[in-house]
Amino acid sequence: MRNICFYFQIHLPFRLKRYRFFEIGKDHYYYDDFQTEDQIRNMVEQSYLIANRTISEMIRSSNGKFRCAFSISGVTLEQLEQYAPEVIDSFKELAKTGSVEFLAEPYAHSLSSVFDANEFEQQVKTHAAKIKELFGKQPTTLFNAELIYSDEIGELASKLGFKTILIDEAKHIMGWKSPNYVYNHSYIPKLKLLIRNNKFSDDIAFRFSNLSLSAEKFIEWISALPAEENVINLGMGYETLGVAQPAYTGIFDFMKALPYHAMEQQINFILPSEVTKKNESAGPLTVMHPISWVGSDKDLTPWTGNDLQAEALNKLYAVGERVRMCTDKPLLNDWLRLQSTDHFRYMSHKDAHGTHYESAYEAFMNYMNVLADFLERVDAQYPTTIDNEELNELLQTINNQEKEIEDLENELKKLKIRKSKKQES
Amino acid sequence: MKALMFGWEFPPHILGGLGTASYGLTKGMAMQEDMQITFVIPKPHGDEDQSFLKIIGACNVPVVWKENDWNHVNSRIGSMMHPDEYFWLRNGIKYDFSRIHTNELGCISFSGRYPDNLIEEISNYEAVASVLAHQLDFDIIHSHDWLTYPAGVFAKQISGKPLVIHVHATDFDRSRGQVNPVVYGIEKRGMDMADHIMTVSELTRKIVIEKYHQDPRKVTTVHNAVEPLPEINTFTKSPRRDKVVTFLGRITMQKGPEYFVEAAYRVLQKTKDVRFVMAGSGDMMEAMIDLVAKRGIADRFHFTGFLKGSQVHEMLAESDVYIMPSVSEPFGISPLEAMQVGTPSIISKQSGCAEILTHAIKTDYWDIDAMADAIYAIVKNPAMYNSLRNLGRDEVNNIKWYDAGLKVRKIYDSVM
Repeated sequence: MRNICFYFQIHLPFRLKRYRFFEIGKDHYYYDDFQTEDQIRNMVEQSYLIANRTISEMIRSSNGKFRCAFSISGVTLEQLEQYAPEVIDSFKELAKTGSVEFLAEPYAHSLSSVFDANEFEQQVKTHAAKIKELFGKQPTTLFNAELIYSDEIGELASKLGFKTILIDEAKHIMGWKSPNYVYNHSYIPKLKLLIRNNKFSDDIAFRFSNLSLSAEKFIEWISALPAEENVINLGMGYETLGVAQPAYTGIFDFMKALPYHAMEQQINFILPSEVTKKNESAGPLTVMHPISWVGSDKDLTPWTGNDLQAEALNKLYAVGERVRMCTDKPLLNDWLRLQSTDHFRYMSHKDAHGTHYESAYEAFMNYMNVLADFLERVDAQYPTTIDNEELNELLQTINNQEKEIEDLENELKKLKIRKSKKQES
Repeated sequence: MKALMFGWEFPPHILGGLGTASYGLTKGMAMQEDMQITFVIPKPHGDEDQSFLKIIGACNVPVVWKENDWNHVNSRIGSMMHPDEYFWLRNGIKYDFSRIHTNELGCISFSGRYPDNLIEEISNYEAVASVLAHQLDFDIIHSHDWLTYPAGVFAKQISGKPLVIHVHATDFDRSRGQVNPVVYGIEKRGMDMADHIMTVSELTRKIVIEKYHQDPRKVTTVHNAVEPLPEINTFTKSPRRDKVVTFLGRITMQKGPEYFVEAAYRVLQKTKDVRFVMAGSGDMMEAMIDLVAKRGIADRFHFTGFLKGSQVHEMLAESDVYIMPSVSEPFGISPLEAMQVGTPSIISKQSGCAEILTHAIKTDYWDIDAMADAIYAIVKNPAMYNSLRNLGRDEVNNIKWYDAGLKVRKIYDSVM
C-alpha cells in the first residue's frame, strides 16, 4: 500500500534590532520586539490558525486517516507562547487527535550539527523536553534545521536515540535512486532515512498556484508512480498554507480534498515514526558532506558560503564550550537566539532569503556588533585568559568546596549532638 | 557612424569628473569598428591622447574671416592643428561674429576652465560650433554637460542632424537646491531641444524628468564606468599601526564633509587606532578645520590639501576605508577608483554610483551613526575588509566603458 508522509516546518527567528558599535558594552538587549511580533502575528493570522483548523477538519472528516507531522523550533515556540498562545492551544488540540507527530530539531534552529556537536546534543534534548512538556510525547524522529544531514550528523542523532531522520533529495547523493523508498544510514542500519520528494513537495510549496493544481490531479500523479515505490515524503514550510500560497489560490480547499482522493486511489497517510516500522530499508545512503534542503545545490553555502558568514560562525561557536559552563539565564537565552540559521542566511550575497537588511554587509555589521557585546558578557563571566580546562577544574573545585563545606558542617553537627548527648548522660 | 562631440574637459588637464568620463566613454565607443569621433574642447594643450579620436580646439577655429599667411598660421597653431585645416574651416564662417573679440587669426581665446565670465565663454563656444556644423561631416551631435548644450543646439539647427545630450550633473546637484536661473535656463533649453537625453544615473534621470519636465521616454540612464588602471600593482599599502579612513574630493557643501567629521568623532569615542584624512580643498575647508578642533579630535584628523595625478591613487591605495558622504552626487567616480586599488568604500545612497555597486557600504549621507558603524566594522573586522576589498575589486573590474559605449550607440541608432 502506498503512503504519503506529510510534514511541516515552522521556524521564525528573533529579529535583531539595529545595534550600533557604540552600544557595545552598554546595551544588552538585542531584539526588535516589534518586528518579531509583527512577523509572527502575520504568520499566525494568515497561515497557522487557518491551517490548523483545516488539518483538524481533515483529520475529523477522514476518521483519523489523515496524518501529518510538525517540526516547530524552540525559539518559535517561545514566540508563540508570548505572542500567540492560541496557536499553542490549537496544536495541543491537534496532538490529542493522535494523528499528528511532533518532530525534534535543534532548539534554536541552529547550525550546531555542523559546528558544535555538544551544542547540538544539548539543543536537541532541550527541544525534545519542551515538546514533551507541551504536547505530551517524546519525539523519536529528527528534523534537523534546514534538513541538514551527513553521515556524521546521522551518527550523532543515532547516539541521541533517534530512529528516523528526515533528509532532502539531493541529486548528487541519490543519483538514479528514487526518493520514494526508506533508506538507512551508511553504517548504522537501524537509523532510517526518509527522503523528501522534491518534485511533489515543491509542486505544492512553490508551484501550486502556477500549476493550478487540483487534489485529484495531484493524487493521480502520485498513484501513477511504479507500484513498488510506496513512501512519498512531502515536506514544506507551514507558511506554504496561506502565505506562500495565499488563501485565494484555493490551497486550503486543495488540502481538504486530498484525503478523499487519496483514499479513492488506495493511498494512505502515515507519520514519519510509523513509516520506518512498516517499511524495510532499500539500502544505505552515504553522505560525506552535509546537504540541506535549500537551492539547487542542496549544500550549506546559503549559510556558510562567504567570508563574512565563516567569520561570524567561527566567532560564535568558538565560545560554545565556555557558554555551556555559564549559568546566567539571560546569557544562555541570547546564546540560543543568536544561533538561528537566519542570521547567517542574511549575510549571503546571493541568497539572503527573508532578509530585512539592505545588504549582506549590513546584516554582518549588525550581527557582529551584537556578538561583540555578547562575547564581552561571556568574558565577564569567565575571563578568556583562563583556558577551558583550567576553568573546568576551578569550577569543579568551587562546586566541590560547597560539598566539602556541607560535609564538614554535617560532621560538626553530629559531633555537637554526640557531645551534648554525652553531657546529658 | 560619425559623431561630433562637444566637451569641456579632456585628460590629462582636468578639473573634475567630467573630463575623466568623457575620456572613458569616447575610448569605449571607439572600440566599435565603424565609430568615428570628433571631440571639441575649448582649449587643448597638445598632449591629449588622440589615438582613438580627433580633438579640435575651439580656440583654433576661426569665427571671423582674417587673411593670413600659411606660414604664419603654421607658426601660431601648427602644433595643435594643420594650417590646411584652419583654412578649410575658415570656409565655414557663415555668420558675422565680429562683435566677439578675436585674435589676428579670427579665433576666440578660451580659458577652458570655469572662469567668472563662464556664460560668455559658453556663448563664444556656440559661435565656434556654427563654423564646425557648416564645415564638418557628421551623423549625430553629442553634447557633454550644460556648458556645451548651446553649442550642440546651434549645431543641430544648422545641420539638421539629431542631438543627444549627456547630463553629467545638474545645477540641483551643485547648489543643494539653490538653483541659478541662468544656468537652469541653459540646461532646460538644451534638454528641450535634444532628441534624446542621457543621464549618468537613475538619480539624475529623475531630476531631469521632475525638475526639468522632460518626457521620461526621452531620458535614458547610461551609468559611467571606470578605466582600467595602468600599473595597478605599483600602488601598495605600506604597513602601519593605525588604520586610515579617507575622504577625497572638493571640500564643498555638495560633498558632505561635515558628516565625515561627525562620523570620525563617533568612531574615535570607541577606538583610538584610526586616523582620518580629508584630502582636497574647497570653500568649506576652514570650517572643517574648526569643527575638527571643536570636537577635540585634531590629533587623529589630518588635512592634506589638494592632491593631483598619481597622488590621488596613492592616497586611495594607502587607505583602509574610502568614504564619500555626498549630499547629492550624479554619479561619483572616485569610489570606483578606490575599489580598483582594493580599498573598501562607503558611499551615500544619494550617489549615482550606489545604483550599480553591490560590494560597497551604502548609507544615507546624514546617517552619521550608520557611517561610523561601517567604518568601525571595516577597520576592526578583517573578514569585512577582505570581502569588500576582493569582491569590490572584481565588481569594479567588470564595469566597462565598452558596455556603456554600446548603450550610447543604441541611443544614437534610435534617433537617426
